[in-house]
Amino acid sequence: MSEPKVTVCCTVNGQKVEADVVPRMSLADMLREELHLTGTHLGCEHGVCGACTIIVNGAPVRSCLMFGIQAEGAEIRTVEGLADGDTLSPLQRAFWEKHGLQCGFCTPGFLMLATWMLEQPEPVTEERLRHVLSSNLCRCTGYTNIVRAVTAAAKEMGKWAESAAA
Amino acid sequence: MAGLPDEPMNWIGRNIPRLEDPALVRGEGRFVADIAVGSRAVVFVRSPVAAGVIRGIEKPDLPRGVLVITGGDVAALKPIVPRLGRFNYVAIEQPILPRDRVHYVGQPVVAVVAPTQREAEDIADAVFLDIEPEQAVVDLDSAAGPGAPVVHPMAPTNTIVEGRIRTPGLDAVLAESTIVEIDVRSRRQNASPMETRGGAASFDKASGRVSLHASVQMPHMLRTGIADCIGMPEADLRVVAPDVGGGFGQKMSLFPEYVLLVWLARKYRTEVAWIEDRRENLIASAHSRDQHHIVRGAFDGQGVMRGLDVEILANIGAFSCYPTTCGVEPLMALAEYAGPYKVAEYGTHARGITTNTAVMAPYRGVSRPVVSFALERLMEVAAKRLNIDPIEIRRRNLVTVFPHRTPTNMVLDEASYLETMEKAVEVADLPGFRARQQAAREQGRYLGIGFSVINERTGYGTPAFAARSMEITPGYERVEICMTPSGEVEARIGASPHGQGLRTTLAQIIAEEVGVDVQRIRIIHGDTDRTPYGWGTFASRSLVIAGGASKLAAGKLAQKLKRAAAVLLQGEESQVRLEAGMALIPGGASISLDTIARTVYHSAGPISEKIGYDLNEAATYDPEGTFSNACHVAVVEVDAETGNTRILRYIVVEDAGRLINPMIVDGQVQGGVAQGIGNALLEEIIYDADGNILTGSFADFIPPTMAEVPDIEVHHLATLTGATVLQAKGVGEGGSIAAPAAVINAICDALQPFGVQLFEMPATPQRVRAAIRAAQETSP
Ligand code: FES
Ligand code: FES
Repeated sequence: MSEPKVTVCCTVNGQKVEADVVPRMSLADMLREELHLTGTHLGCEHGVCGACTIIVNGAPVRSCLMFGIQAEGAEIRTVEGLADGDTLSPLQRAFWEKHGLQCGFCTPGFLMLATWMLEQPEPVTEERLRHVLSSNLCRCTGYTNIVRAVTAAAKEMGKWAESAAA
Repeated sequence: MAGLPDEPMNWIGRNIPRLEDPALVRGEGRFVADIAVGSRAVVFVRSPVAAGVIRGIEKPDLPRGVLVITGGDVAALKPIVPRLGRFNYVAIEQPILPRDRVHYVGQPVVAVVAPTQREAEDIADAVFLDIEPEQAVVDLDSAAGPGAPVVHPMAPTNTIVEGRIRTPGLDAVLAESTIVEIDVRSRRQNASPMETRGGAASFDKASGRVSLHASVQMPHMLRTGIADCIGMPEADLRVVAPDVGGGFGQKMSLFPEYVLLVWLARKYRTEVAWIEDRRENLIASAHSRDQHHIVRGAFDGQGVMRGLDVEILANIGAFSCYPTTCGVEPLMALAEYAGPYKVAEYGTHARGITTNTAVMAPYRGVSRPVVSFALERLMEVAAKRLNIDPIEIRRRNLVTVFPHRTPTNMVLDEASYLETMEKAVEVADLPGFRARQQAAREQGRYLGIGFSVINERTGYGTPAFAARSMEITPGYERVEICMTPSGEVEARIGASPHGQGLRTTLAQIIAEEVGVDVQRIRIIHGDTDRTPYGWGTFASRSLVIAGGASKLAAGKLAQKLKRAAAVLLQGEESQVRLEAGMALIPGGASISLDTIARTVYHSAGPISEKIGYDLNEAATYDPEGTFSNACHVAVVEVDAETGNTRILRYIVVEDAGRLINPMIVDGQVQGGVAQGIGNALLEEIIYDADGNILTGSFADFIPPTMAEVPDIEVHHLATLTGATVLQAKGVGEGGSIAAPAAVINAICDALQPFGVQLFEMPATPQRVRAAIRAAQETSP
């Protein structure tokens, strides 16, 4: 039953890494089991909940829907790479200050998706925020404080724009 | 209603950012799947049929290191058998793995153990269950009706629990009043915590003990339950709830999977882990709120409800959940139906009916989301019938004099049912809304507003559970507190939070008493080796009960510190103040608590006579309970063409008594509301007639997203109850209790021009469209 393994080389949070994986292993499992980056969580493994969201080559990706071997040569960012040493990113800090998490299980996925959104050139309005982040599920917060946290971070980072409707 | 506290407080009432969060936002939490990395994997083969006889189990050739465990292998394990002492309760046995028959789709039948998850899944796919199907019964009303297939032979009518209550004057009141009758149906829900269930069990060869890390809400209870099934000493089992990714009641019960994990680890002296996938969670964890109520309100000409007569059916699934028993839904509905309303005469007949479906277990609010949906719909329908304004009819019926004894002998403590409603009417600007609604209707748009007034029984101790005649009566909590030699405070608690921020709120309570910074307080929870026996976190109880015990224990510790300070400062104990990590006496002398701690432990001589040799204290708290309350308002727009509902605004006016950390309280309310919105509009577990489940993914069972849930505004009133030592009331469930009624009342208000009245939740677009179509067909 020993399945042949393939060596995957990629960059994770700025570090070159190598992992020997079976071809059918998902990228999420590769990160968690082979690279011991367990901050990426699995809520559904069928692409709906977004808990597993990471950034691959500059795009948000559901790591449960991608194979590890597809990450050959990729630049990957996970929740573990957001803080700069002891200093939380403005978004992480906003989640903390605005109570944007309760159990924290969905949080890495929201943080990665929102991090990506805040790095895009277009300004963040409430409509855009809700549109983008409605692809992830949270069962604890009722979303109100997630919206408030991301709004606060967007303002701090100079990315916020009042929506036309307001 | 009492006002806010006059004494300024240092820690209570502040929005302290949670102590839990820095690790979680860095992805450094430790959830059970993180702990399980590298363990041998357990995968369950689950029954594909709802009812049937097991003829055989065919196993593939097994590679080395792979185990396939069947019911025959675990015949020595005792089944799970929760018990109730009354209510015609029939004790049914849930096998760990069945030997003869299966009772629902998703029931674990075989456990496969392999070195990795992938290998275990491959083997599981190759196991063939030869099951001869029998006729299943799935639908609640059919199962309760005559001639239904029998799920368990000892319960020939499928009734597992049955409660009745009837006040002597009810019949007379029914005879002389206007009767408003509604038929209410709640469809089946799944709590769907974002982290599924899971456990990792490992055997320690040196001690012979097993440690089970599991995503659970009641670690101590789980330990007792597992040890009983296996017949092992509890002392040889340690249960740890690490970071838990939400529970909402689903993670309270003892499931066969956990018993099996411990058995495997012990028997094979190894490490095994089972991490449930989402499909398993949706089909086989626990379901809730599959209920049917027929409600008859007896109103006088003024709209005063003189009597209430209710018939309740609850689908309890194939087995009875442990430890609450399947009485949890029907008997809670029986006890608490009247909610915040005065009801002089009351009758209920409540039954829990077994079917070939997944096991029912508590889910945030248990029966009360259905009960308040029914009551609040009743108020609306009665108001219309009697031509009274719907807010006015509530004014005439809400309890305003406290304490109030209900017909089921519960005592409602000081609350603000009327005041929260009036405030909600004001915040929502009801007259302004009516004008906008009118203008919108003229443009063919349907806006609606819905109200829901609830009370929420919280923080109840053992008497409330004893009243249900449960063999096991949870309730009290114990807190053991200690100041270490370096001056930190450790509190070991029996409650087991999983997102509620209890580490922060309890630290605030303790900081207030002991005068140390919250950063120097460690709350230790969820580990049976390190915490006193307790009941975990559920039923909106932890802040009230574990918080109350924390306050009492911390008060004792503070007393001890003052006594020590008095010795060391040569002052009067009664004059010592503890503040900012110091003990101070009038006149300026002071000493740090750190120094006191060092002295107590390391230079015991002079003060040991006064305080002994340690800084340990403990307290247990077992309150009667208290009722928080709220009024919710939903403003919606319904698309009459598609039946789709959009929530435009959501307002909560909440009274939770004293708030320890208002930000955390608001978060609890908002999260509950979002789940209630899911219940109201989207979420439904659906079986076909044979008991196959049709909603096995998040594409079919649809929790709400940020696109469906609007900003949730929370306003507070604060009635400081004398019923709890903290003057605080629990809030864990109120959001989900009140929301379905508010949302569906709003839909009905929006569709007033069509005369649509909905009595089924969730009010999916299909149901709303069907109701509009039916109304159009019957209208002239
Ligand atoms: S785990 Fe990947 S989307 Fe849910
Ligand atoms: S914080 Fe628990 S699921 Fe989002």
